[in-house]
Amino acid sequence: MPIAHVYKRDHVNTDEIIPARYLNTDDTAELALHCMEDLDTKFMDKASAGDVIVCGDDFGCGSSREHAVWAIQGAKLGAVIAHSFARIFYRNCINCGFYPIELPNALELINDGDEVEVDYANGIINNKTQSKEISFKPLPDFALEIINDGGLLNHIAKKV
Amino acid sequence: MSMTITEKILAKSAGKESVAPGDLINANVDIMMCHDVTTPPAISMLSEKGIDGVFDADRIVVTPDHFQPAKDIKSAQLLKRLDSWAKRNKIKNYYPVGRAGVCHALLPEQGHIRPGEVIIGGDSHTCTYGAFGAFSTGVGSTDLAAALATGELWFKVPESMKFVLNGSLSTGVYSKDIIIAIITRIGTDGALYRAMEFVGSTIEEMSMEARMTITNMAIEAGGKSGIIAFDDTTKEYLDGRLKNDAPYDVFTSDEDANYLSVEEFDIASLEPMVAIPNLPSNGVTIGECAGEAMDQAYIGSCTNGRIEDLRIAAEFMKGKKVAIRTIVVPATPEIWKQANDEGLLNIFYEANCVVSAPTCGACLGGFMGILADNEKCVSTTNRNFVGRMGHPTSGVYLASPATAAASAIEGKLVDPRKYM
Repeated sequence: MPIAHVYKRDHVNTDEIIPARYLNTDDTAELALHCMEDLDTKFMDKASAGDVIVCGDDFGCGSSREHAVWAIQGAKLGAVIAHSFARIFYRNCINCGFYPIELPNALELINDGDEVEVDYANGIINNKTQSKEISFKPLPDFALEIINDGGLLNHIAKKV
Repeated sequence: MSMTITEKILAKSAGKESVAPGDLINANVDIMMCHDVTTPPAISMLSEKGIDGVFDADRIVVTPDHFQPAKDIKSAQLLKRLDSWAKRNKIKNYYPVGRAGVCHALLPEQGHIRPGEVIIGGDSHTCTYGAFGAFSTGVGSTDLAAALATGELWFKVPESMKFVLNGSLSTGVYSKDIIIAIITRIGTDGALYRAMEFVGSTIEEMSMEARMTITNMAIEAGGKSGIIAFDDTTKEYLDGRLKNDAPYDVFTSDEDANYLSVEEFDIASLEPMVAIPNLPSNGVTIGECAGEAMDQAYIGSCTNGRIEDLRIAAEFMKGKKVAIRTIVVPATPEIWKQANDEGLLNIFYEANCVVSAPTCGACLGGFMGILADNEKCVSTTNRNFVGRMGHPTSGVYLASPATAAASAIEGKLVDPRKYM
């Protein structure tokens, strides 16, 4: 069962998600080895496929490096849930077909270690540990189209 | 309909009479900036779709900068991929190693940035070019790939925030101090998704180089773009420099344009500022942090690695020796040459500084000045996140070239006015 890794922090930035010392590669599997390393050196030991990260405001601020999204995708994380996202990171997520979940009170509703399941189609996070269903605001339609097509380049290819 | 300068540029780029904040548009992209970290993946993504060509090679400017000259085998592979792609596509605005420089210093200097245009770059500090009255924003590799292949990109028209800066800078205070003060007031997400428009008498009195320091750090407040309207100073900088000398469009905000907010700053009373670790919004006056011991000083980057910055630093170092290791990085080959011609490199040499080749280098913890555990660096760069310049326990103190140079001399944070 996927669990939540909660960091009660705002402004978790791209240097923490994937430090620049690893930007000499764009290999997703290699980037994944260092996912969240400067936020929590133990993160990749704790995280399993499908797990989710929960943070406060402005997640992903800083660099335009899409490597931050690739590291998260490479680590096979199920979701990133944050109070809000920095603009370029948010856009990069959509472009990579990864759904950024905006939930303004996530840190009150999800505790570290809670078992959670995300139902993207219906916009619901099922917090099994606390037996509660949490709704989140779905992405706008144009962004959903891009995600459903598997990212921006597939989306453009389909339109052409 | 009344519009801001940003809305006017975006309307033109989308072939529309007018746009309003929140509108989704497809913008024609005039210039695409490509460097060695984010472009090679974009090339690979396109290649996977069977695309190797580009929509219009003349709209692309390529310069390796982050890890150039190659710092290790992996970065050499990135540089090789960038180099062979630029050559295959006959990109004439390609600045290979030897002519390569820190992208946001290089493109304006080489005359690629024109008012009224839409510019994107695979780098968050692409907002720098807004100093020329252009709409300019940083994107990731996928957006860059899409623009390279199609010549256009979707945008949501941002709301604008107006920053009114009035009064003359006092001695020892610079545009870097202004932007740190602005980010400190509004926070690192204070301008999230928004266009930051800078106006006022302080801006009018500033050189283009000083203006670029301000727009460069719009992203540190979460901004989508930063913009300063065209004026005589812009014209003077551009005349005789532009690669494309066709007439350009000059836009200005309507007097009754809508702003989400208007923030006023009295610049005459501003003091030298330092953003202490680990956020650019942690600004304090030099008086609040003076005396803090440093291990390194770094003078360079797309924020403050231009000739004006090196002149300021050299003023302080002339005839003195630095007390801590000090790394000076002219941002482009032209700046390097100019600094050499003016005797600045000699001043840095005599002061015991290291002068490196143009590179982003240590600004992002790449190479050429990485910090060990618990070390502290006073730096003219733009970010001081955890581990930004090296070990996760090291700390970066963002400051002006004057504060960095004065601090280098004493080995601790120092008010530059002491030496003026």
